[in-house]
Amino acid sequence: MESEIFGNIHSIETCGTVDGPGIRFVVFLQGCPMRCKYCHNPDTWDAVLNKKMSVNGILVQYEGVKEFCKGGITVTGGEPLLQPEFVAQLFKAAKEKNIHTALDTSGVTFNSDDTEKIDNVLKYTDLVMLDIKHIDDSEHKKLTGHTNKNILQFAHYLSENNIPMWVRHVVVPGITFDEYYLSELGKFLKTLKNVEALDVLPYHDMAKSKYKGLGLDYPLGDTPPLTKDQAIQARDIILKYMKQ
Amino acid sequence: MESVVDKSRKLYPEAEFVSGKWNHEINVRDFIQRNYTPYEGDSSFLAGPTPATTKLWNECLELFEKERQNGGVLDMDTKIVSTITSHGAGYIDKDLEQIVGLQTDKPLKRALQPFGGIRMAETSCSSYGYEIDPKVSEIFRKYRKTHNQGVFDVYTPEMRAARHAGILTGLPDAYGRGRIIGDYRRVALYGINRLIEDKIEQHASVHGAMTPEKIQLKEELAEQIRALQEMIELGKIYGFDISQPARNAKEAVQWLYFGYLCAVKEQNGAAMSIGRTSTFLDIYIERDLKEGIITESEAQELIDHFIMKLRLVKFARTPEYNSLFSGDPTWVTESIGGMGVDGRTLVTKNSFRYLHTLENLGTAPEPNMTVLWSTRLPHNFKQYAAHISITTSSIQYENDDMMRVTHGDDYAIACCVSSMVVGKEMQFFGARANLAKCLLYAINGGVDEKNKEQVGPKYRPITSEYLDYDEVMEKYEGMMDWLAWLYTNTLNVIHYMHDKYCYERSQMALHDRDVKRYFATGIAGLSVVADSLSAIKYAKVKTIRDEKGIVVDYEVEGDFPKYGNNDDRVDSIAVDIVHKFMDMIRTHNTYRNSIPTMSILTITSNVVYGKKTGNTPDGRKAGIPLAPGANPMHGRDKNGAVASLASVAKLPFKDAQDGISNTFSIIPNALGKDEVFMGDLNVSFDPGCCSGNSDNFVFISKPQEKAVTDVK
Repeated sequence: MESEIFGNIHSIETCGTVDGPGIRFVVFLQGCPMRCKYCHNPDTWDAVLNKKMSVNGILVQYEGVKEFCKGGITVTGGEPLLQPEFVAQLFKAAKEKNIHTALDTSGVTFNSDDTEKIDNVLKYTDLVMLDIKHIDDSEHKKLTGHTNKNILQFAHYLSENNIPMWVRHVVVPGITFDEYYLSELGKFLKTLKNVEALDVLPYHDMAKSKYKGLGLDYPLGDTPPLTKDQAIQARDIILKYMKQ
Repeated sequence: MESVVDKSRKLYPEAEFVSGKWNHEINVRDFIQRNYTPYEGDSSFLAGPTPATTKLWNECLELFEKERQNGGVLDMDTKIVSTITSHGAGYIDKDLEQIVGLQTDKPLKRALQPFGGIRMAETSCSSYGYEIDPKVSEIFRKYRKTHNQGVFDVYTPEMRAARHAGILTGLPDAYGRGRIIGDYRRVALYGINRLIEDKIEQHASVHGAMTPEKIQLKEELAEQIRALQEMIELGKIYGFDISQPARNAKEAVQWLYFGYLCAVKEQNGAAMSIGRTSTFLDIYIERDLKEGIITESEAQELIDHFIMKLRLVKFARTPEYNSLFSGDPTWVTESIGGMGVDGRTLVTKNSFRYLHTLENLGTAPEPNMTVLWSTRLPHNFKQYAAHISITTSSIQYENDDMMRVTHGDDYAIACCVSSMVVGKEMQFFGARANLAKCLLYAINGGVDEKNKEQVGPKYRPITSEYLDYDEVMEKYEGMMDWLAWLYTNTLNVIHYMHDKYCYERSQMALHDRDVKRYFATGIAGLSVVADSLSAIKYAKVKTIRDEKGIVVDYEVEGDFPKYGNNDDRVDSIAVDIVHKFMDMIRTHNTYRNSIPTMSILTITSNVVYGKKTGNTPDGRKAGIPLAPGANPMHGRDKNGAVASLASVAKLPFKDAQDGISNTFSIIPNALGKDEVFMGDLNVSFDPGCCSGNSDNFVFISKPQEKAVTDVK
């Protein structure tokens, strides 16, 4: 019997409709190494213990609402792969109960020389939602403070291991809303064989008040939200190069 | 006067419908079951508005605009007391109207209805700058007693004090109780003559020793017969002979509407619901379509014009009344869809047509379109209802799978959640007892925390500095017991007087002789009570007293489980309170042996109730609105909508059979993505939450501006 591991949880959302297929039980983990300028959950950055919950505690909560949350469980954050042991145990227990599992990650912790911990998670993962923040490495660094090299490697790794994947991409005016970058992203996605869906997320500025509440400056200042038409345009560019 | 429909009038021999029990007794359900055509197809058959519909509706919109500019009321009758036959024919635009009939002689002119209370009628007029004819006032003050006067003749000082302090609130003692649905379909199916024959038989059947009960029933039946005779007269005023059954779709809609029109001419009730009419009318429409008498466009036109009439229903009410209900609602609820007990769906093409009026005429809060939701409804109908919800935010959904067990498959909703079998059941509307205030009374030994008067019984108050859960619970149960007793007896007085001075004769004429009556009590402040008791149990609650020792505020030290997070520690308290209070109500005698039920339902009046409730032990400050219905207190549900709904869903329906409401609004983006942003490569899942989770449906409508959705 494995010893019980506790997760550092930010919060739980029992009516998740935007993080994977169906109505989902979404577990937000606390802590993220990235500092994406457009992040709308800055309150999940700090890895200091917020709320400790066991795998069993979470599944008990899920049981109480499973009639509604038929989509399954999504783990997001923060960056869930900062706590790979916990996610692996949660997903393992979920799969024993035949619950659909989705992992929403930036892939930032991926290290191709040491995949053991991540493999343990992926074994029990039905769907990975991979957030590719920027296709260009130096722009990625500016946007998030990290390289994207290992993230793109992670995408390939998922592809090679045939793990179903949704690619999520936030399109921000002046940052990723750019024909060249979008076309490069499309070309990259073309090299993957496991992409089931493309989730183009138009940038919004609804998190401004959260930053204020945390006493942080809002990094994107007055950058306007992306309009629906612009988002469709962005998606079409990605798809065009993806299908070429 | 020649009938407008004569050219298309075609006589249906009874044999054209499948016959059955309905031929030998008044039994609309039997007629429906034998003759209706379930529809599982999609919405592509629907027709848009005809030019006449568009023109007519635009004229209505102009009238609404004028009404707004005029300060909320376009015109008021100050002389003619409204009865079934009090006014001549009124039209919006006679040549365009397929379905005719107005409450008075002009659209939006509000009728004078003083039988509930003359003062209310006077105030309603004076607050809009009108004055009732002094002669009418004199008649109702001197010669003809009203419901309101009857009630106040009998109220005890204790009842008055409880009403004044607001521990009993919204009582229908000065206004019409409403919440009664006549089976208006009977007018179309049988014609009035047949209904009169039936009522005469019923009248004769009441004989033997004349007990007060029998005398009352016999007198009421005589009143019902008189109302039916007047209904025939109303038909004649508009040039129709409704003594005979309707012979085609147009007559069926018209006859049915006349039945309803009589109700709103006679009663200014808090909710004047229409029933469950769409599938019934579909039988006539299907027949006419098959015979080639009407086209789909004409069928839709009939329904559009009918719905338009329901949108014009208005009453004279005071600004206070409107502030209690946040607007000027009439609760013309129409129940649509549902499943039959034999497993067939009750959705017909006409169910689509009713919802389609929201597209043809644009959105409106009235009539209150209510879909009786079952997991087994046809997929196409679910899709269409979801589509209309998304585009109009104007549909209410209620759980047919739950209510069908109790009421069968021919019930309808009165007001927003009260279910009753059409023509066989009615209810005595009972407003609410404020359980949050009751808790404060328990702590203060019956002294009102706001006006400091001894309103409740002088039980021993709590004297300790910190509240002890067991002590509070013991005292609370005692105080609830008192409240249940007082509340039940107050309602007994109210409904006795309503029957006596403001009897709903035309609505009851469209009921069976022996109706099942519900005694519909209600509670307010449930989540405040649950959280307060949870705070006392799991945190420390310190009392703060005024100079007389009355507890006026509380300090909560530490955290405690809050209702709305699917946490059994506190949810079980809510369940327990509901169960206990209902059981206490059950121990008392109810007027006319009505069956006690309870609702946990406030959609808007919780704001007013909150104003009347002092600081509570959960940390809520005096004057802050109570949560509506069974909702968690605002901002205390921290685990998302499903956990919040799961807490509400634990409340036992058997102890709150008159309905549990959970008002829920949400920003559109939180409801899943626009289809264009959901992956479009080869996603095998249904996007969004509406179609993806059809087994256990919580319907959430995407609001345009705002949306309110109720469950259960």
